[in-house]
Amino acid sequence: MATKASRNAARLMISPAVILLLGWMIVPLVMTLYFSFLRYNLLTPGTSFAGFDNYYYFVTNAAFWQAIGNTLTLVIGVLLITVFGGIGLALLLDQPFWGQGMVRVLVIAPFFVMPTVSALVWKNMFMNPVNGMFAHIAKGLGLQPFDFLAHAPLASIIGIVAWQWLPFATLILLTSLQSLDSEQQEAAEMDGASWLNRFWYLTVPHLSRAVTVVILIQTIFLLSVFAEILVTTNGGPGTASTNLSYLVYAQSLLNYDVGGGSAGGIIAVILANIVAVFVMRMIGKNLDA
Amino acid sequence: MARAASPARKATVTALAWVIGFLIFFPILWTVLMSFHSEGDAIKSPFAMLASPWSFESYGEVQQRSGYSRYFMNSVIISFGSTLLALAIAIPAAWAMAFVPGKRTKDLLMWMLSTKMMPSVGVLIPMYLMFRDFHLLDTRTGLVGILTMANLPIVVWMLYTYFKEIPSEILEAARMDGATLRSEIIHVLTPMAIPGIASTLLLNVILAWNEAFWTLQLTTSDAAPLTQFIASYSSPEGLFYAKLSAASTMAIAPILILGWFSQKQLVRGLTFGAVK
Repeated sequence: MATKASRNAARLMISPAVILLLGWMIVPLVMTLYFSFLRYNLLTPGTSFAGFDNYYYFVTNAAFWQAIGNTLTLVIGVLLITVFGGIGLALLLDQPFWGQGMVRVLVIAPFFVMPTVSALVWKNMFMNPVNGMFAHIAKGLGLQPFDFLAHAPLASIIGIVAWQWLPFATLILLTSLQSLDSEQQEAAEMDGASWLNRFWYLTVPHLSRAVTVVILIQTIFLLSVFAEILVTTNGGPGTASTNLSYLVYAQSLLNYDVGGGSAGGIIAVILANIVAVFVMRMIGKNLDA
Repeated sequence: MARAASPARKATVTALAWVIGFLIFFPILWTVLMSFHSEGDAIKSPFAMLASPWSFESYGEVQQRSGYSRYFMNSVIISFGSTLLALAIAIPAAWAMAFVPGKRTKDLLMWMLSTKMMPSVGVLIPMYLMFRDFHLLDTRTGLVGILTMANLPIVVWMLYTYFKEIPSEILEAARMDGATLRSEIIHVLTPMAIPGIASTLLLNVILAWNEAFWTLQLTTSDAAPLTQFIASYSSPEGLFYAKLSAASTMAIAPILILGWFSQKQLVRGLTFGAVK
């Protein structure tokens, strides 16, 4: 059906997007790679070849391993909360009840709140150990208020980020539930399948595709959480809540160490690619079926 | 399920769903409520705050302290500018991939998505240095450019999934009737593509509005959008809860309203058509 002329036209129409994306990806990446082999500090003039020194220093820095651990904890923690919470919430909202539309609007709202706002609102209005809502509640119950961001910084950030992403997971899983074949469900019910069996053998397989998509998309965004850390803890106390994104930022723009920061950037890209390969493979399996 | 639920069960589900919905929404509600009280009342215990008189003073103070309208305009220009630019680049590409698919179309789409997986920090330094050398730091032009590229893969994917659903028989029929490529695009394709383009636009404006990596790294004041406006409250002086609440309310209200309109398209858009 496609003639040669239309194929050429098509190529012409695709090329701007491809060329721009290629440039967007390759030019800065090659520059980062180049800088990562240089001794290059914005405060001292001149650069010199450093070999793998930057990588060596970056990787042997204790903060690096902690950042890797924090990045993974953050991603996995938020995924666990949002996927299981999302399934529970979607199952609930899928039942008939009064005011479905209104509750949906309430549940989806946090997704539209910009990260800097939600982080600051949680930090000050809720988690602040003196004036926050949780402190007021603790005092009301006669308990000692807990300083969330000082004593459990990473867990607090996981909570904030999960609050932002729970609506997304819920909405996608709910949409998927609504396309579940109800006749099949009824047939199974008439054959005497228990609720648990119906859930396990009909609902769960049906949801697996939506769950995969939720994991893929959230992983992309969660690997590079930044603003929430910047405005709540600045990666601290110490480096207790520093993830890889924040560590690279601190190294390059706070310490002005372009070489070291670039090495960290390249490491972040490599790690993200490893995760991406796993996730893409998982998605590929699920989406083709 | 087709089976009618018993009233008692429906009432239980209703209560539970409303309680959970309320709890999830509560931080936003609380922020809005707090913004209408004075600074002194905002740090009182929750019930004391609710009982204290309402006031609009924080809104005035926020406007005076940091000039909300400037940040708001920057956010509007950056989010709409980058989305429109991305649409201009992506519409032809997505159109071609949907209607003249080649052997490698699928690989091309996957590759585009994979560029989105690259962490922004990986290219932070060269971007920062290039912006510095080309005098693009803290300019709206620079930010529009960078957000265009950051969202381009998503825009292409979303448009592709929408265009894919337009039956190609219609195009063939138009072609048989002697329509040129130009009139085919203007008279046949565009009307059918408008809903898809509109929801792509809406969703990407939301994404760009809330983007908080590049906007925080590459702006300081002139081009700073609302993300930066709010971040300036992370190390405040003195009492600031009511002001922070007012600022937050002003920053999220426009996009929250847009978002509620778009929630139907949100799912299929953000899952690239994989969940409908």
